[in-house]
Amino acid sequence: MPITYLIVPFAPLIGALATGLFGWAMGRRLSHWVATGSVAVSLVASWLVFQDVLAGHTYNANLYTWMHVGGVEFAVGFLIDPLSALMMLVVSFVSLMVHIYTIGYMADDAGYKRFFSYISLFTFSMLMLVMSNNFLQLFFGWEAVGLLSYLLIGFWYTRPTAIYANLKAFLVNRVGDFGFILGIAMVLAYFGSLDYATVFQRAPMYTQVTVSLFPGHPWSLLTVVCLLLFVGAMGKSAQMPLHVWLPDSMEGPTPISALIHAATMVTAGIFMVARMSPLFELSDTALAAVMAVGGLTALLMGLLGIVQNDIKRVVAYSTLSQLGYMTAALGASAYSVAIFHLMTHAFFKALLFLAAGSVIIALHHEQDIRKMGGLYKYMPITWITFLIGSLALIGTPFFSGFYSKDSILEAVHASNLGVAQWVYPMLEAGVFVTAFYSFRLYFLVFHGRERFHDLLHGQMPQESPWVVTIPLLALAAPSLAIGYMTIGPLLYGSYFGNSIYVADTHPALADMAQHFQGAVAMALHAPVTPVFWLAAAGVALAWWLYLVRTDLPEKISRRLSWLYAVLVAKYGFDEFNDWFFARGARLLAGGLWRRGDVTVIDNWLVNGAARAVGAASRLLRHFQTGYIYHYALAMLVGAFALVTLFTRLAG
Amino acid sequence: MVTLSSYLILGGLLFALSVLGIFLNRRNVIILLMAIELMLLAVNLNFLAFAHYLGDLAGQVFVFFILTVAAAESAIGLAILVVLFRNKRTVDVEELDQLRG
Amino acid sequence: MISLPPLAYADLQPLLPELFLLAMAGIILLLDTALSPANRYVSYLLTLATLAGCTWLTLPHLGAAPATALYGMFIEDPLAAVSKLVLYIAVAATLTYARDYLKERNLYRGEFFVLALFALLGMMVMISAYHFLMLYLGLELMSLSLYALVALQRDSAAASEAAMKYFVLGAIASGMLLYGMSMIYGVTGTLYLGQMRSVLQMGAFPSLPLVFGLVFLVAGMAFKLGVVPFHMWVPDVYEGAPTAVTLFLGSAPKLAALVFVLRVLVWGLEPLFIDWQQMLIVLAILSMAIGNITAIAQTNLKRMLAYSTIAHMGFMLLGVLAADRVGYGAALFYAIAYLIMSLAAFGMILLLSRAGFESDRLEDFKGLNARSPWLAFLMLLTMFSMAGIPPTVGFYAKLAVLEAVVNQGYVWIAVAAVMFSLIGAFYYLRVVKLMYFDAPEQSSEISAGADVRLVLSVNGLALLLLGILPAPLMNLCLYALKASL
Repeated sequence: MPITYLIVPFAPLIGALATGLFGWAMGRRLSHWVATGSVAVSLVASWLVFQDVLAGHTYNANLYTWMHVGGVEFAVGFLIDPLSALMMLVVSFVSLMVHIYTIGYMADDAGYKRFFSYISLFTFSMLMLVMSNNFLQLFFGWEAVGLLSYLLIGFWYTRPTAIYANLKAFLVNRVGDFGFILGIAMVLAYFGSLDYATVFQRAPMYTQVTVSLFPGHPWSLLTVVCLLLFVGAMGKSAQMPLHVWLPDSMEGPTPISALIHAATMVTAGIFMVARMSPLFELSDTALAAVMAVGGLTALLMGLLGIVQNDIKRVVAYSTLSQLGYMTAALGASAYSVAIFHLMTHAFFKALLFLAAGSVIIALHHEQDIRKMGGLYKYMPITWITFLIGSLALIGTPFFSGFYSKDSILEAVHASNLGVAQWVYPMLEAGVFVTAFYSFRLYFLVFHGRERFHDLLHGQMPQESPWVVTIPLLALAAPSLAIGYMTIGPLLYGSYFGNSIYVADTHPALADMAQHFQGAVAMALHAPVTPVFWLAAAGVALAWWLYLVRTDLPEKISRRLSWLYAVLVAKYGFDEFNDWFFARGARLLAGGLWRRGDVTVIDNWLVNGAARAVGAASRLLRHFQTGYIYHYALAMLVGAFALVTLFTRLAG
Repeated sequence: MVTLSSYLILGGLLFALSVLGIFLNRRNVIILLMAIELMLLAVNLNFLAFAHYLGDLAGQVFVFFILTVAAAESAIGLAILVVLFRNKRTVDVEELDQLRG
Repeated sequence: MISLPPLAYADLQPLLPELFLLAMAGIILLLDTALSPANRYVSYLLTLATLAGCTWLTLPHLGAAPATALYGMFIEDPLAAVSKLVLYIAVAATLTYARDYLKERNLYRGEFFVLALFALLGMMVMISAYHFLMLYLGLELMSLSLYALVALQRDSAAASEAAMKYFVLGAIASGMLLYGMSMIYGVTGTLYLGQMRSVLQMGAFPSLPLVFGLVFLVAGMAFKLGVVPFHMWVPDVYEGAPTAVTLFLGSAPKLAALVFVLRVLVWGLEPLFIDWQQMLIVLAILSMAIGNITAIAQTNLKRMLAYSTIAHMGFMLLGVLAADRVGYGAALFYAIAYLIMSLAAFGMILLLSRAGFESDRLEDFKGLNARSPWLAFLMLLTMFSMAGIPPTVGFYAKLAVLEAVVNQGYVWIAVAAVMFSLIGAFYYLRVVKLMYFDAPEQSSEISAGADVRLVLSVNGLALLLLGILPAPLMNLCLYALKASL
């Protein structure tokens, strides 16, 4: 089986190298066939691995020892268990859809082959991250996906906004990664290993160990480690306050938004925390922090989606909000629920992004929803699939999102952490908000007055070509049905087995299992829950405001101008960062540069050392006189010096 | 009776002499070649003395090989000398300082 | 009288690669006299075929137990097999890089191939020697061929001066080496390395002749490695010799010299390691210091690389002086990594040179990125690797050696080594700066055959690949030592 494991990540790598290095010789057609084909191979291999895991086979071994330093082994290895097998399948499936979609979406772009090379490389990195059996490889994959995200946000590198956005993504992620690597360093320092299994096995012995970050304030070691690791997850999975990069990342091409910034990379943080469940389970403090961050993100970011007018940004804020839901589930120790929502979300959010991209193509790269409307007549496939995606997103019974989101709400409700009683109302309110902004978007784009005629100069929008619609259809199917099909085994069955650990002290999921009557019963039960009616109210309100009384939104925004201003300013995170961190850092750095760098370091240390070495170098050159007898003399003096030295030493 | 150490001292003296010849001589490259021969002869003396006192033939055989190699070495040395002379029109050691630093 | 058993064919089995090489060198020498210059490629192809044949003959020894020949004077063990295989590849790459350069300077003659093959034969004998006489003969066969190679360009004053210096100093070094051998022979009563080791293990010996012998042996070997203070020939010869010869001189013999050192110091004199360890510490520190510092003031790239060689050899000795198998393995890894780096660096100079233009000044590399981004990138990899910047193999090689030293408790040596390589990074990065940030002075087309470009690309990328995945080569080196010692 290891050969199959190797094929999963390395097929995309080969595809990426081939298109990246030899794209100039291969031409566009061959390039996209090679890249897409390699990911298809990866998907097939992932499927085989998944079947194998279902049959009960897991695998955990190092394949290659990278180096041995100071008694620590740095290895490349795979941990194939239900958790990673599921992630592999999701990643390779979404990636394949995005590859196919790209053939149509990027058809006219000059960087076509470069783009394929990047997304295949991204797939490789993400798979390495997911399949890792140790922290080092996890970190490698983590940084590699970050780098590819940076490159892809700035793919259109002549646009200043794209460059700004990718720089921002890079810097914000550095903050998260800093916490992450500190966490890994502490793991290595205290547990003496980077291997998951070893660390998880040793962790319970450290529950009483404390570290003093500040003198006199001992903290539980595990809490510190978990919080540091979670800071990394906050950066990658865009949790408040490290969320600011994700909306701007929409400057990248739409396939990237679907692949990286909705379905896969941003869920790396969620995956990581689930993978680390044996650590997080040992620290209630860390779990409470995780849940609080998740709840805040879920509600507050959803609200921002209401005031956005860029089709992709609305979906982006929706992604932030959904990531908040997943994080809240992690905090409730419902790791399997978080992964379940991660999976359903990957399908319906990729679908929404790709459908949005389809709209954008039809309208000649216009993204403002105020200039759309009534498109359902012209783009039937996009319309239907977008509707399916939206229904899944708001949690309509029987749709995939319903099962995962409702389970999250239940899990938080059942959680025995104190913070849950605050987070649960936030998440419930979030349901209403989600329904409202989703259908605001849907009605504005596909229904109502046709406002696009100026854009197209009288032409009518066309449905996108088959390479675009096929992925839409292929993603719509799981958005509809995957929740219904898998909730039983994933949440209440034995699918995850030992790959996720939940302590007995966190019984939320176990409680839920007792009430679970099957997927159909759960959906039929929905209309008696407040959540269902909250969502319905959101849809109804959106319908009323944007299709019936289209004059009202304007009036409301004027009446509640302060609220509107706060939302448009995105709570001022960007301004605060610019003012406090960026300007502060510039002032500080300027002062240090003038005082410290120029005078002390540059003048004395750097240039001084360089001058000294240069002088020594010129001096030593003179010993190389060119005369044979001087050279011979040097040899003999050397030999006799050694003889003298060692006869002395010898006795 | 000549002792082993007498031979070794003689060998050492010959070696030192050849070394002196190399870096005191600043004129003729040919003298350098001669000094090198002398150095090898000093080594040969050492080997012979040791072989005799150890009662081991291997040292004596080694000397034959050194003599043979020394002949080849001289041939190459003289060939290089000829090339050098054709290029520089001199075999003066002090003129060999184009390459330095 | 000592009676020896008659030589059997089986006894010659381990010698097959050497015998084959010798026969082929003779055939090429004879055949070449009959070839017109237009048909010289026959010699070239025959030489490559010879190397391929040697590879085929050597490969079986890679996994076999050590076998001796010629009454135990010659040993073919995994260490020898690994080193020889690397040498074959290095020599083949050298010949490929050198071809156009030699043609343009009217040096593309049979002598070059034959001398190269004889030098290789010498190295192979050095590597497999298990007896002082074998060591000496191998060394001399290599050295004499190299002297002649340096002087190959008969109309060049610089080349003949370099040859003369190399010859005279090399002969002195041989003299010292022999003097040392005679002393060790006198003390231990044997010329066989294995017997020497067991004799020395048994006990006390008069220390004065032993120290004399050891110092002169180390001095002779230090000359071949080019380690301070026996390094003075290196810059002059590297600069004066035709670049194709410099490439040959600066790559394969370094590995052979390292194995020579291991054979003498480890196979023969390991019981004395406390003494030679101290000597090597002095030599290594001096080499790293003087090599790296003096390189900074150079304007000629060949000369700069010569000083860099001195520094690298000092670094490599750190692995030897760790005096354990991990250390020897690290040194072997370092030597192989260095071989690949120096092939790439000199190969690049050869590729960029043309008739009447040597391309060996630093200024000649200005703006290379604008002329050929790919070649500039390969040179960048080479310079990064030499400077020891990750993720190139140079970094890993340095790391392995330093770890071996630190494990022996010599932290201060490691600190000094890191400091000197920091100084060294300056002049490597200067080349990168010239290539990427300065305007080109040369504007002519870079003319090089597709095969040369391909080999150079593989060579440069190998630096990256081995840096990312060093374990197979490292394991091979460690295996070679464990299976041989």
